[in-house]
Parts: sequence; C-alpha cells; structure tokens
Amino acid sequence: MKWTIQWRWRRQKKLNRSFSMDLVLFFILAGAGLFMAVPFVFMISTALKPLDELFLFPPTFFVRSPTLDNFYDLGLIFSNTWVPLSRYMFNTIFVALTGTVGHVILASMAAYPLAKLRLPGGNVLFMIVVLSLMFAPQVTAIPNYLTVSWLGLLDSYWALIFPAIATSLGLFLMKQFMEQIPDALIEAAKIDGASEFRIFWSIVMPMVKPAWLTLIIFSFKGLWGTGSGGQGASFVYSEQLKTMDYAFSQILAGGFYRSGPMAAAALIMMLVPVLIFILTQSSVIQTMSTSGLKD
Amino acid sequence: MSLSNQGVQEHKADSGVYLGGPEKGRVAQVLREIKLKRHGYMLLAPYFVLFFVFTAFPVLMAFGLSFTNFNILEPPSFVGWENYANLFIKDEVFLIALKNTLLFAAVTGPLSYIACFFLAWLINELSPGIRSVITLLFYAPSISGNVYLIWQVAFSGDSFGYINAFLMKWGFILEPIQWLQDPKYMLIIIMLVQLWLSLGTAFLAFIAGLQGMDMSLIEAGAIDGIRNRWQELWFITLPSLRPMLMFGAVMQITSSFAVADVATNMVGFPSPQYAGHTIVTHLNDYGSIRFEMGYASAIAAVLFIMMLGSNLIVQKLLKKVGD
Repeated sequence: MKWTIQWRWRRQKKLNRSFSMDLVLFFILAGAGLFMAVPFVFMISTALKPLDELFLFPPTFFVRSPTLDNFYDLGLIFSNTWVPLSRYMFNTIFVALTGTVGHVILASMAAYPLAKLRLPGGNVLFMIVVLSLMFAPQVTAIPNYLTVSWLGLLDSYWALIFPAIATSLGLFLMKQFMEQIPDALIEAAKIDGASEFRIFWSIVMPMVKPAWLTLIIFSFKGLWGTGSGGQGASFVYSEQLKTMDYAFSQILAGGFYRSGPMAAAALIMMLVPVLIFILTQSSVIQTMSTSGLKD
Repeated sequence: MSLSNQGVQEHKADSGVYLGGPEKGRVAQVLREIKLKRHGYMLLAPYFVLFFVFTAFPVLMAFGLSFTNFNILEPPSFVGWENYANLFIKDEVFLIALKNTLLFAAVTGPLSYIACFFLAWLINELSPGIRSVITLLFYAPSISGNVYLIWQVAFSGDSFGYINAFLMKWGFILEPIQWLQDPKYMLIIIMLVQLWLSLGTAFLAFIAGLQGMDMSLIEAGAIDGIRNRWQELWFITLPSLRPMLMFGAVMQITSSFAVADVATNMVGFPSPQYAGHTIVTHLNDYGSIRFEMGYASAIAAVLFIMMLGSNLIVQKLLKKVGD
C-alpha cells in the first residue's frame, strides 16, 4: 500500500515517465559515459605510469605505482631540441590569446549593428555568414594560402591569427544573443546623446558577457590546437614559430616507449581548454539557447 | 534609432503617393539611411573585411582556380573542365577518398547527430549539478586537442596495445592485430574516434534548447492525451526545438565531411591502400605537398558543393519535423 502511494506520487511528479524506461535509459547513459570517460582515465593512467609498467604484459589499465617521470621525460625530450619547449609554448599562447581577443572584439563589433541597427544590406551580410557555417575551413585553405602569401604574412603568427579571427560561428552566436537586448535600452541611451560606439562599448558589451565567454572558449579551443593540422603546418614552416601541439604531436613518432610522455603532453594540452570550459559552462549554455536557426 | 525607423516606415507608406519617381526616392532614402547609420557600418567593417578576405571571397577564388593549371611559380593558365574530368575519371585515389568521405558523412554524420540529441535529452532529466559534470565529460573530447592520440596507444599493433592484450588474454585472438595498419579495421577505428570527438557545439546547443523549453507545453500535452516520453519527444520536444535541430545539423554535417586530422594522425598519411584517405587529405596532398593549386581547388570546390548541398537538403527535411 505504501509502495503504491509512493509510486503514484512519483508519477505525478514526473509527467510521462515510467520507472522501467528510466532504468533502461540510465544504462544507455552510463554506457555512453563509460565510452567517453575511458580514454581520459586511460590517458591519465598512462601519463602516471613508470616505464616498466608501460611494457607490462598483459598491460594494466590502472597505474600501480604512479610517478611523474613522464612529465620529467617530456622535459628531457625537449631539452636537446633546437627550439626549446618554452618557445613552442610562447607561440601557442601568443597565437591563441591574440586570435581570441581579436575574434571576440571584432565579431562583437560586427554583431551589434547586425542585431540592432537594421542596416540596409545587413540581412544579406548575415545570410552570407550563415551560409559560411555550412562549409569547413578546409575548403578555403588553398586561396587562404595564396592570400596570406600575397600579403607577405606567410610563415608568421598572423597567418594563423587572421583566418581564425574571421571565423563565422562567433559572429553568428553573438548576433543571435544580442537580439535579446531590449531596443528600449539602446534608444534611451541614444536620446541621452550617446554615440553608436559608446552604446556598443558601455551598454551592449557588458550585457552580452555570456556570449563573449562562449566566443572565447570556441575561438581558443580552435587556436590552441591549430598548429598540427593541414593549415597550421603549411602556413607556418619555421620551426621556431611552430606551436606546442605541433611539437607534441611529433613525440609519439619516436616509438611506443614514448607513449608515457605523449600522454603527459596530451594531459597538459587539454587542461587549459577544459579549465576554461569548466569556468564558463553556464554562460556557454545560456548563449547556446539563442543559437537556433530560424526558418 | 526609433526616429530613423519611423522615417523609413513613413516613407514606405508615402512612397505610393510620390508618383513622380518612387524608385528614385527610394534609392535616395536608402542612401540617406546608410549615411545616417554610417557608424554601424564602421563597426561592421573590421570583421567583415577579414571575413571576406579569408572566408567568403576564397570560395569564389577556389572555384575560379579550379578551372586553371596553377603551380604558384607560373601564372595560372585556363584549362576548362580538365581538372574535374581528371578527378572523376583518371584519379582513382580521389574516388577512394570520395567513397571514404561519403561513408564518414553517411555513418558518423547521422550517428553523431542522433547521439548529440539523444544524450542531451537524457542529461536534461538529471539534477543541475550532475548535469554539468556529465556535460563536461561528454564535451571534453571535442575541446581537448590531441587527446585522441591516446586511442593510438590503445589500438597499438603489438601485444602492448590494450585492445590486443585484452583480446589475447581472453582468448579471442592468438596474435596481435595490426589495427592501424590493416585496411579492414582502419575506417571503423577512425569512425569510432570521430564519434568520440563529435559531441561538440551541437550537443551544447541541444542541452541549452532543452533547458529553455516551455514546461507548460508538456503539461498541456499531457492533458491532450500524450501518454509516454516518446510521444512527448516526437509531438512536443522536437518541434519546439526545431531551430536548434537545424543549427546542430549544420555543425555536425560540416564536420562529418571534413574528417582529416584524425585520419592522418591515427593511420598516417598516406594510409595503407589509402584506406583512411578522405577528400580533405587528398586536398592537403595536392595543395600543400604537390602545390598543384588548380587541381586542389577543384577538390575543394567538390567538397564545398557536397557540404553546402547536403546542408541545404537536411535543412529542408528538418523543417518537416513534427508537422
């Protein structure tokens, strides 16, 4: 009797839900979670394994006597390279920071008039931006290479930074988010005599903080891992301008015994974007709630 | 702002009255509006200059170059449709790349899209704290850069590789399988890794959309006779999330056609028997190794048409969801 009362109560609380289906879906979710988590556990475990454990047969999934040797070895691998690790690090940080700041500021500047000023031609511009979401940057790699080389920017940080600033996802999200700002607020400022720039900078920008946090994580994650892909490799060829992930991606080429340092490097590389996402998650979700494409 | 808008509306209302030259009046009006809002254009300019130089104009450039023979050193020479003809008739490797890319698009595209939505939908029922932890776990692979290389260690071809060791220990196989060198397995492994990486922007958009849903719709639905969660999903949730579904589709389709880095880093380039070859790796081969820019541009043009075409078709289909 008591059970049925509880059961009824439960059903009333949660509409259209059955306990048996809840259970089935829970196991699906748990399975998916395991699939997503195992590689991370494996990576952390590998990063902490001493060399003899890496060559154990059968290999153990979890580390038995964790050590930081692999991080030390990682430093050792780079201690006799021609370009020191600190230079790769500086390159990555400089490219990621400059590109992200540039993207957030320029994309917000462009999003404001598109969202709020009803400019003649504004809709056409925005339509082109939406269309550009529908193809990957690889399509434009060849012309970009030529453009960058004509501009004399080949083999410089700017060859990585400028194309990243011009990505369209950030502008799209920012414009969608800015549309929520009430017109009355902007009009009031205009009546008070504020210029368009002033309204943008001191009224609109503080209100769209969630959106720029979102643009920061999206832009940063792209730039942080930019150097080892096709574009990064061909736009910048001097070793001293290469980025950290390019340098790290060469580690595993040294053979299986380097899988420990490789895992250590991967761990270091993922920490920064993951940390940023942890700090910005609720803002990102808030921004994405306006991301829909209207019919 | 409000004043100028009123101006536009008044003008529109009036324009029929000025029988003398409505067209001329309209052009002048637009010009006046442009002048009035010039600060808006100044705000737009820096981004859109970069956008046109690096994103929009290059598409036209790629199409233009695809009709030429261009090796950077000499000026491009017009060759008509020759590059396209060579691609589809002579270039057997391209046809392998095309087949692999279409396989990726047809398998990982829909699978990752459904996974993004289904998992977001499952997560949505959890309490906020657990929800944000699981969101982080699911989203982390797509922002973690090179972490997927750990799969390479797991699938390592000797007996130290975890998959091999596991299978050998339990007697499924007697000797290690060369997972990443055997064309039989390469495509499946790349797909698996690609799926692991695919809970990205679309996944976040779905989570956001589900959280923002109007609960009164669901209550109203229950009154109207919706009995279980699947009916609720089909008749209420999906239709009210349509804008998100369309945005998410764009994200997943575009990335499922662009598989390259994972393939190159997992199975090498060129991969044995080109089993991991995709259109983008083919493009990189001709663009940044052989410097046949005209030919590479033709590859890019084909890729562009495939991406845009399938995006537009899927957008059309999604408009019908729940109708």
